[in-house]
Amino acid sequence: MVRKVVRGFYAVAYAVKLCKPAVICAYPITPQTEIVENLAAMYANGELGNCRYITAESEFGAASILVGASATGARTFTATCSQGLILMSEVLWNAAGMRLPIVMVIANRALSAPLSIWNDHQDSMAMRDAGVIQVYVENNQEAHDMIPQAYKIAENRSVMLPFMVCMDGYKLTHAYEPVDLLEQETVDNFLPPYDPPIKLTTKDPLTFGCYAPPHCYMEFRVVMQRAMMRAKKVMEDVFKEWAELTGRNWGGLIATDYMDDAEIAVVAMGSVVGLIREVVEEMRKEGKKVGLVKIRSFRPFPTEDLRKVMKDVEKIVVFERAVSFGHEGPVAIDLKSALFGHCNAKVYSFAVGLGGRDIPKDLIRRCINNVIEGKVDEGFHFEGVKEFEEVII
Amino acid sequence: MKFFFSSGHGACPGCSLPIAVKNVLYALEGKCFVVNPTGCLEIISSQYDRSAWGVPYIHSLFENAAAVAAGIEAALKALKREDEGHVVVFAGDGATADIGVGCLSGMFDRNHDVLYICLDNEAYQNTGNQQSGLTPPGSNTTTTPAGKLLPGKVGKKKDMVAFALAHGVPYVATASVAYPTDIRRKVKRAVEFEGSKYIQIHCPCVTGWGINSNETIKVAKLAVETALYPIVEYENGELVRVRKIKERKPVEEYLKIQRRFRHLFKHPKGKEIIEELQRIADENAKRFGLDA
Amino acid sequence: MKITLGAVSKPYSALKMKTGDWGTHWPKVDEELCTGCGTCEMFCPDMCIELVKVGEEEVNGKIKEIKKAKVNYDYCKGCGLCAEVCPTKAIKMELKEIYKV
Repeated sequence: MVRKVVRGFYAVAYAVKLCKPAVICAYPITPQTEIVENLAAMYANGELGNCRYITAESEFGAASILVGASATGARTFTATCSQGLILMSEVLWNAAGMRLPIVMVIANRALSAPLSIWNDHQDSMAMRDAGVIQVYVENNQEAHDMIPQAYKIAENRSVMLPFMVCMDGYKLTHAYEPVDLLEQETVDNFLPPYDPPIKLTTKDPLTFGCYAPPHCYMEFRVVMQRAMMRAKKVMEDVFKEWAELTGRNWGGLIATDYMDDAEIAVVAMGSVVGLIREVVEEMRKEGKKVGLVKIRSFRPFPTEDLRKVMKDVEKIVVFERAVSFGHEGPVAIDLKSALFGHCNAKVYSFAVGLGGRDIPKDLIRRCINNVIEGKVDEGFHFEGVKEFEEVII
Repeated sequence: MKFFFSSGHGACPGCSLPIAVKNVLYALEGKCFVVNPTGCLEIISSQYDRSAWGVPYIHSLFENAAAVAAGIEAALKALKREDEGHVVVFAGDGATADIGVGCLSGMFDRNHDVLYICLDNEAYQNTGNQQSGLTPPGSNTTTTPAGKLLPGKVGKKKDMVAFALAHGVPYVATASVAYPTDIRRKVKRAVEFEGSKYIQIHCPCVTGWGINSNETIKVAKLAVETALYPIVEYENGELVRVRKIKERKPVEEYLKIQRRFRHLFKHPKGKEIIEELQRIADENAKRFGLDA
Repeated sequence: MKITLGAVSKPYSALKMKTGDWGTHWPKVDEELCTGCGTCEMFCPDMCIELVKVGEEEVNGKIKEIKKAKVNYDYCKGCGLCAEVCPTKAIKMELKEIYKV
């Protein structure tokens, strides 16, 4: 193992290389581009073995190319974000239904309009219901580690679903961090070569992508839901195996700090978790019974884990990086539905840092303190918003 | 199963699509991977547990067949399985020239080793005859209906042969279901070329065009004999062969037996459209030297 | 009912759908006129007319198979294309018994 100070996109690209994908296909989009640029450079230098690297004509084309490649039995990789992910969305729903374990990295970025290249989670949240596994990582080491685990989970025969590793654009992709880079041997021992139970081959000419009339369509949706639910156990097992193998334990579907006796639980996903952890630690020193719940797997949703850790909590603070317009923040929506009837805690959710707006530590601290002191109503709030006047022109 | 496409599919009686498909698969002796976007052919042949296909087949979406085919080709190369067979797309005219044209351009541009076959029935026939970029002028479709003002489609048939040639596609040809032996020969010739291949096969539609189920071949022949559908063949950008016409027929002979053009013979603008179609046929004959 | 991974289906499973009752007419082959050229087989959109060996004959000292067109009525939709393309007019479309008044 070599510890190096590297940028997020390199940590990801290097891990992808170690997983030996057969086909990599992408279309450039900020702030993801450097991930595939790094892979393109490895390809140009002959470091990717017999892998084919294709620059597609669009993200839609890139995802479609991977549908063909994955169905043919190839391990595949792509990376995208924002508009590119939305352009891919039709293909991703299709890939999930066809049960193709394509692994992709989302360098989370806001959606247009107005155009923004900066970070929030609105893009991946829009793919919530597609049947794609979604894991959010906190730092570049976790991103690096998640790539081999993503393949192992997605390609498990009881799962067979696409997998999105979501990492915050710029905040992680462009950040320099010390990362313990994996050895090829470690990954080879952990991740077997991709051997799908079915594939396109002239030796056994199967028909893929059939249409299903009403007499059988529903059953295919039932088995997709089952596969997602089975993925929870597979993920727990793979995460455990990873911790034993590398000594780095990132937790299960969720990871918690100070939750044993917490009265206030703070919930978040992605890179903001690091900042929140600092605030929680400081508040603990001040004697406030605050705990942290980091959601790692957003799909499948960690319903049972949340019910367990939230059992005796009085108030829950959620930091959202997206909005479901016309309702509230998507994490709080799911959290409340998971806890309904199992926990009486009041839920306060705060949308912060949309479109790359800075999230200062003071803001996190103020939100939590306001909840503790009863200065804020239950429900949904935007925080870190400037004073403005809404006008036509 | 020498045609690698079975009975029991759901095509309308007299449909020309299976004729094109079975002869392509016959020419390739079933050594191929088929990609088929959403459309008539897909819906008649790939219902769950009711597949007509005897070759590996995939349907993904309406507009991405060229990209899916590119992915199969890349995977076969990466996995060192390219000897298993050719990658073949069967796509309708709408999937090819309209909604899927971006993916097709990308595949042509990267020159993937794929035989792309456009089954041209000149409208979205699966959903009941809506106009596509390959619908000819004057055609009465549900989205270009002949009305008091308009005489059916106004505009022209998109030139996808020129589109393929402009991408530098090494083998480009047109064909017709009226001539299956020509289809077989062209398919065998096409796969001798490394890179992308484009063959556009004229496929009359019984329901959309308004013809009898036993007239599919007769109508397809008339399209060729009037020079409205020139049968041409390009290798590395050079026109190498055309189907000559012995006694070229006036376009009316082709138009009058189809419901989609019948209004032209009584519509105030019909004469103008018929003259326009005759002019197109004359230009085709001149441009490609079709008259024997 | 079996629900497969990703709705994958087996080849030729369409054969379960017998389409022979779709049409009103059926082709009848006149074996006297049929030369076994195979044009009908090449055009049939439903893969339900094929050449089958009915005997052998000697031509210039060599044994040659005699083939005739045979219709599979389980799937024939009665489109009439075979009759239309037959170069010797050996195929006639006949109204099915059940449609005769």
